[in-house]
Amino acid sequence: MQMTRWVRFLGSFSIVTLILAACGGAPATPAAQPTTAPAAPTAAPASTGGGKLEIFSWWTNGGEADGLNAMFDIYKQQNTGIEIVNATVAGGAGTNAKTVLKTRLQGGQPPDSWQVHAGKELTSYVDAGQMEPLTQFFKDQGFDKVMPPRLLEQITYNGEIWSVPVNIHRSNVLWYNIKVFQDNGLQPPKTMDDFFTVAEALKSKGITPLAVGGSDKFETPHLFESVLLATFGPEDYAKLFQPGADWSDPRVRQAAETAAKMLEYSNSDRSSLGWADAAQLVLDGKAGMTIMGDWAHGYFISKGARVGVDYGYAAAPGTDGIFMWLSDSFGLAKGAPNPEQARAWLALCGSREGQDAFNPKKGSIPARTDADVSLYDEYLQYSIKAFGSEQLAPSVVHGAAAPEAYMTEYGNALNVFASDLDVDAVVQALQDAARDLK
Amino acid sequence: MQQAKTLSARPARPARWLNRDRVIALLMISPSALAIAVFVYGFIAWTGYVSLTSWNSLATTSTFVGFDNYLSVFATGRFQTNIRNLIVFTAFFLLACLLIGLLLAVLVDSRIRFEGFFRSAYIFPMALSFIVTGVVWRWLFAPGNWPDDPTGINLLFKQLGLGFFQSAWITDTGVVPGWRVEGLRTRIGVPMAMIPVVVAAVWQMSGFVMAMYLAGLRGIPDEIKEAARVDGASEWQVFRTITLPLLQPITLSAVIILGHISLKIFDLIVTMTGGAPGNNTEVPGLYMYEITFKANKFAEGAAVAMVMLVVVALLVVPYLIYSRQTEVER
Repeated sequence: MQMTRWVRFLGSFSIVTLILAACGGAPATPAAQPTTAPAAPTAAPASTGGGKLEIFSWWTNGGEADGLNAMFDIYKQQNTGIEIVNATVAGGAGTNAKTVLKTRLQGGQPPDSWQVHAGKELTSYVDAGQMEPLTQFFKDQGFDKVMPPRLLEQITYNGEIWSVPVNIHRSNVLWYNIKVFQDNGLQPPKTMDDFFTVAEALKSKGITPLAVGGSDKFETPHLFESVLLATFGPEDYAKLFQPGADWSDPRVRQAAETAAKMLEYSNSDRSSLGWADAAQLVLDGKAGMTIMGDWAHGYFISKGARVGVDYGYAAAPGTDGIFMWLSDSFGLAKGAPNPEQARAWLALCGSREGQDAFNPKKGSIPARTDADVSLYDEYLQYSIKAFGSEQLAPSVVHGAAAPEAYMTEYGNALNVFASDLDVDAVVQALQDAARDLK
Repeated sequence: MQQAKTLSARPARPARWLNRDRVIALLMISPSALAIAVFVYGFIAWTGYVSLTSWNSLATTSTFVGFDNYLSVFATGRFQTNIRNLIVFTAFFLLACLLIGLLLAVLVDSRIRFEGFFRSAYIFPMALSFIVTGVVWRWLFAPGNWPDDPTGINLLFKQLGLGFFQSAWITDTGVVPGWRVEGLRTRIGVPMAMIPVVVAAVWQMSGFVMAMYLAGLRGIPDEIKEAARVDGASEWQVFRTITLPLLQPITLSAVIILGHISLKIFDLIVTMTGGAPGNNTEVPGLYMYEITFKANKFAEGAAVAMVMLVVVALLVVPYLIYSRQTEVER
């Protein structure tokens, strides 16, 4: 009798521990699965062998992975015998990868170099003392001469540059269905007023004027950054994300009212569609326009559509002449196990050869202004020209303008707004979020 | 022990607490006990400690700040909405699972043909992962551009000529009745987008409840029911006054098992709605993940984790105390 009671007690004890185990602590993170990059060194290296370079990126499929592999190939030619380990984690637009990366950094086991959005997103790593400054490296490599000064200024934090931009994407692009616009005698809208005229015309024809997604959680925040840019202009827009920014400015409310009006012209099932689903609505002619970064261009091409025939592009309404940029970049880990190899990698990332190998495949433009334009397609050539000549503004949703803690608050404020279109509430939420600006 | 006495030729030794059996038993459980002590209780203690510090950036230096993180988390409209959603989800999920599970069990138990087939068919959804359930039901409940160009269930309704059943489902932004309370930064009520999520969760788990009730029903001796019938009780009276009370322990177990699943639900909601529209289907698990790993607010994330732990403990611990007492009585 004694025995069974004892056993029962242990049994229930282990049940409660299992239950507690399942709910306590943080969600389990998938272990990083270091995968050796494709096209590993074939023959055994002759003399220089033995080296290793571990980088961390979430470019795991499609054009991104092709571009990354093209850079790996060049790296291996230049640095024979170095084994490249790409400790990648797929999925979640980098969210899963970042989770694993942060765990490794906290554990004091950094990769040599990791993918990060250039700009304020990396400040959390810098503040934690996990990255090396690269300002001198930029001078040594001559990158400071070939990248736009305004870009370098916008990626400088605490007086230093911390990462090498590999590519540039544009955030404020309006994509439209050319056939729909021709059939209805419409021109792509240049100003906000134009936009609402066009939207009204499309609506009267039973076509959704503006396709907006929501399930990837960044679509409405993305739309709103273009509206903010249109309302504030590039100078005042950039000031919005400086520490102590004044979000009680009446133009914030004005932007929110504009965005609410735009969303009223959009599909009602926003929260169940991803950005690509919204782009597909435009391609199918069910919707007239969508405002999305220029990775939408890559999506359209992957669906067999032709730029200038099936779909057209223009700056988002009210942002003509302004280029809202975001950039993928690589930094150097403090305490990197292989700093020499890492510097060679960063030199390649910033080189014309590396950027021209990567970007045509990824569907983005180089951060350098001296690229071989002939390698790029029609849209990218337009974008290269715009990047070199227009005013630059940093994207907040994609990590250029503000730190991660702020991005999370900003994003949630706008996702709630996408659901209730409550102007008062979003203005208040954005004011509250501003305390996370650092 | 009785048996051991008769079989053993050795003279009875004075009873010692630490006899050979117990030493072996302790040795056998010690590896898992140690692992659980470190990886469960140790980590819970660490999470609890982190939740009391200022560790809200990637920098690992932090100071002790008491309950500041709890206060700031509870002050956000987002977390208040999460708690509301969790209560709504748990209440609807438990009620629907128990009612449907009991109904299915009674039907399957009524000596129908192909009983085995129905039993398996109802339990089968439980074999799926919540991730799969979430993705599939997301497709079903995505409304499309309804009513003219619907998708999923809306399309089915339209094809069947039942177009008036079309609804915004997981994109419904309504909260019914949506009362505002002074001092709260969320609206009180049932977020309509939560209903499809509950449907998916019930679809997955009600078969399991059926299995539990079926076992319970089979365990009720026919003699008791027969005696009642002889005394002139109707079938409904037999069910009301004999079957249901005897199923009470099953109900309690089911509430505990379903309750702890529902209070820490994460995967189903991530894949089905991601918390959208707005935060209308977001639960603390999602919030914890986002502020910890996107916003780098580790201490606030730990505070949310501790709140979830306490909420589940409120459900599980009384049950454990109760079941221990009843065991002692036996």
